[in-house]
Amino acid sequence: MLANAWLIPVLPLVAMALIMLVTHRNRTLSAGISITAMAIAFVWAWAIAFTVWGNPVEQRFHFEWLNLGPSMHIPIGIQIDGLSAMMLIVVTTVALMVQIYSLGYMHGDPRYSRYYAYLSLFGMAMLTLVLADNFFLMFVAWELVGLASYLLIGFWFEKQSASDAGKKAFITTRLGDLGFIIGLLMLYAGAGTLTFEGVFGAVEKGLLGGAFLTTAAIFLFGGAIGKSAQVPLHVWLPDAMEGPTPVSALIHAATMVVAGVYLVARGLTLFMAAETAAITVAWIGIITSFMAATIGLVQNDIKRVLAYSTVSQLGYMVMALGLGGFTASTFHLMTHAFFKSLLFLGAGSVIHAVHTNDIREMGGLHSKMKITSTTFLIASLAIAGIFPLSGFWSKDEIVAATSGHPVFMILTLGVAFMTAFYMFRLYFLTFTGTPRDKHKFDHAHESPKVMTYPLIFLAFLSVVSGWIGLPWLHHGFSSVVYHGEPHHAEFHISLALISTLVALSGIGLAYLMYYKRSIDPVKVGGAMPGLYRTLLNKYYVDEAYAVLFIKPYYVFCQAMFWFDANVVDGIVNGTGQFGLLWGRFQRWFDETFVDGAVNGLGWVTRGFGATIRYLQTGSLQNYAFIVFAALVILWILR
Amino acid sequence: MDSTALAFYSLAFIIIAAAIFVVTAKNIFHSAVYLIVALFGVAGLFVLLQAFFLAAAQVLIYVGAIAVLMMFAVMLTARIADAGVRHTNEQVGTGLLVSLGLLAVMLYSLWDSPFQFSGAPVAEGAGLTLGRQLLTKFVLPFEIVSVLLLAALIGAVVIAKKDDTGRAEPKAKYPAARALREDPDIVRKVPR
Amino acid sequence: MIGLSHYMALSAIVFCIGVYGMLTRRNAVAVLMSVELMFNSVNIALVACARFVTPETVTGQAVAVFTIAVAAAEATVALAIVLLIYQHHRGIDVDRVNFMKW
Repeated sequence: MLANAWLIPVLPLVAMALIMLVTHRNRTLSAGISITAMAIAFVWAWAIAFTVWGNPVEQRFHFEWLNLGPSMHIPIGIQIDGLSAMMLIVVTTVALMVQIYSLGYMHGDPRYSRYYAYLSLFGMAMLTLVLADNFFLMFVAWELVGLASYLLIGFWFEKQSASDAGKKAFITTRLGDLGFIIGLLMLYAGAGTLTFEGVFGAVEKGLLGGAFLTTAAIFLFGGAIGKSAQVPLHVWLPDAMEGPTPVSALIHAATMVVAGVYLVARGLTLFMAAETAAITVAWIGIITSFMAATIGLVQNDIKRVLAYSTVSQLGYMVMALGLGGFTASTFHLMTHAFFKSLLFLGAGSVIHAVHTNDIREMGGLHSKMKITSTTFLIASLAIAGIFPLSGFWSKDEIVAATSGHPVFMILTLGVAFMTAFYMFRLYFLTFTGTPRDKHKFDHAHESPKVMTYPLIFLAFLSVVSGWIGLPWLHHGFSSVVYHGEPHHAEFHISLALISTLVALSGIGLAYLMYYKRSIDPVKVGGAMPGLYRTLLNKYYVDEAYAVLFIKPYYVFCQAMFWFDANVVDGIVNGTGQFGLLWGRFQRWFDETFVDGAVNGLGWVTRGFGATIRYLQTGSLQNYAFIVFAALVILWILR
Repeated sequence: MDSTALAFYSLAFIIIAAAIFVVTAKNIFHSAVYLIVALFGVAGLFVLLQAFFLAAAQVLIYVGAIAVLMMFAVMLTARIADAGVRHTNEQVGTGLLVSLGLLAVMLYSLWDSPFQFSGAPVAEGAGLTLGRQLLTKFVLPFEIVSVLLLAALIGAVVIAKKDDTGRAEPKAKYPAARALREDPDIVRKVPR
Repeated sequence: MIGLSHYMALSAIVFCIGVYGMLTRRNAVAVLMSVELMFNSVNIALVACARFVTPETVTGQAVAVFTIAVAAAEATVALAIVLLIYQHHRGIDVDRVNFMKW
């Protein structure tokens, strides 16, 4: 089972190939193949997880992929330990739920089969990413998930905004990937290998270190910044909401965006060995988290709120990693995957019902969509960190990880407050109160069972998944993801109380503003018009980029185009013209002089022969005459 | 003028005159006759030079064999009646010039050359000496000449033989047309 | 006194007459006759030299024997060729036998 774990990514790959090549005309069969493949992977992943968690030994299987002598030697393979097993569960579970959910959500879409092929492609890439035992294979899978993300964001490419968003996501993450690959090359230069084992071994032995390692780690973190939408490359994730909502749930909430977190977690040895890099990671994480949370306060698009929430939570995880909170971060990664995908799927269910993304046109939907509403509430409570839901336990560990760093702790708690606030703002505005759009409300209905069952399952996980990290249970979550010595997570009752209090106050504020209406949100916004507008426009980051990078780039491109069209083409054409003229001259010279010389020689020879051939009379008497005449003449001349 | 000189001059006159007739006579048959005369003259010279064997050989071979062979050839080929046909080619003038030039050259050389005279008379039995020499000192050329003569004999037969073995030409249906095809000039050669 | 010079002069004259005939006659047989004249002039010179230069050994006479033999062979083959030319060309004009022409 473990030895054949490499088959897990192969399953969706085969599914994709089958759909693309054979069954793409049969929609039901295509979806069935994809879901079956993912279901097998799901079962397999859980089996592996129970095996590995019961017996925390790393398993590595690799084979030679590229061997160019001793200097270039790249094996690829898979590695199964607690972390990758946990990631396997997250990926397969969410993917399976999303695929089942999509049966209903994507029903009637003209590119239904292709949608499932893309999902399978993504599954393959993501599973490869989490199973890789070296940075190289990880990078390959990393790019493949980027491709799948691009394809799925732009899935409805008839919409200009969707195709733009796909391009934006692809290009923005590519900037980060540039850092990633530079980091990889530096690591390879330093350690001579790209396997996790080899690189970490080199760090522990001191072969890698100092400023070199710091630089390499920061470059590596560049990849994570792009993929996990950290400041300053966070701009693509909100736009990525143009894709189908289940895609957002799978790729842009639960799995692909946490690849960056996973990368940093995997390479935490590097970051711990490089103090500056770790601090950088922590600061980027908290800034991202805080910024995204503030933006999330005022957004009106249900998916965008969730997207900023995702960015914010990812910032949490990254920050925790920067502070060395490996367990906290990976724990939160898992719980977040469940409740955030649940939130997205719930949002998708709502959108499916009312055909709009704008929460200002919703309201009172609880009466129409009880299951969606209830599961959404559970997920909101979980993300807010209310006892005993999963978010409580994981967020508690993150807050615990910041102990000793007061600034981080305060900001973290601030984010927790804002998170609770905007999640319940979203909940109250969507599901409670009076319907603000009567027409849409009348047409709203509960989603079909293929959509609600995944919601229920994920809600169940959102509740219970935190319990494997119960502090008084063995070693907590660290026993799951640590393969070395687990460190015991202390349960700080005071911290837990504080964070719960913060969360409750956030919920309370939202309750007052959007349920009781005792505080008018418009007045609050009006009290700080500048701040409100800034937040609504996401700190003008996109606009700043447009002015700072895109505009100059366009101007530069135009200049380059002008240069190309005038100077380069001019040189090329001039060279061509010169060559043409030179060729003509050469032809003229050739025809006139060279041929003339040859022909002239021929003419001379011919003329000479034509003249003297008359000496050959054929008459013997003539010849004899010449002989005797010559005799006489020679005698005279003697 | 002693008798030897008289004999020499008269023989020389006969030879030169006959030779001139040989090369100028319009009738080829006359030429042949004058040639015989000239050859006889030469034989006479040989006698005067006390080369009796050669004189005999001259008469036998030249006059008897070669001249008669010439006669045969003349009979077989020439149209004696062709009095009107030009008997010299167009290089008569230049030919004469060259001949005279050559003669001048030869005579001048002769004039220039000091000849050594052996006052001794010809030894007795010169013919015997000659025969001995031919079979001793000159035996190799002698044998080669015999082979040459044999080769000439066979060669003459082969050449002159009517060649009708190799390419058996079918009898033409129209002999005149065939003759015309073989020699387009035949029309001009038709006897008048 | 008649000496070698006289014979040599006669030989030269006859030879040049032969040359003239060879250069000018159209009839092939006549050309052959001219060649025979030239042969004879050579024989005269040879025999005269034998008489006046080496009267004891008469070597020149032996050479003259060979000359006569070669002349005979030449005449035989040449006349055969003449006959052949006659058969082919219906004539023995030397200036018509110019198929080696340009």
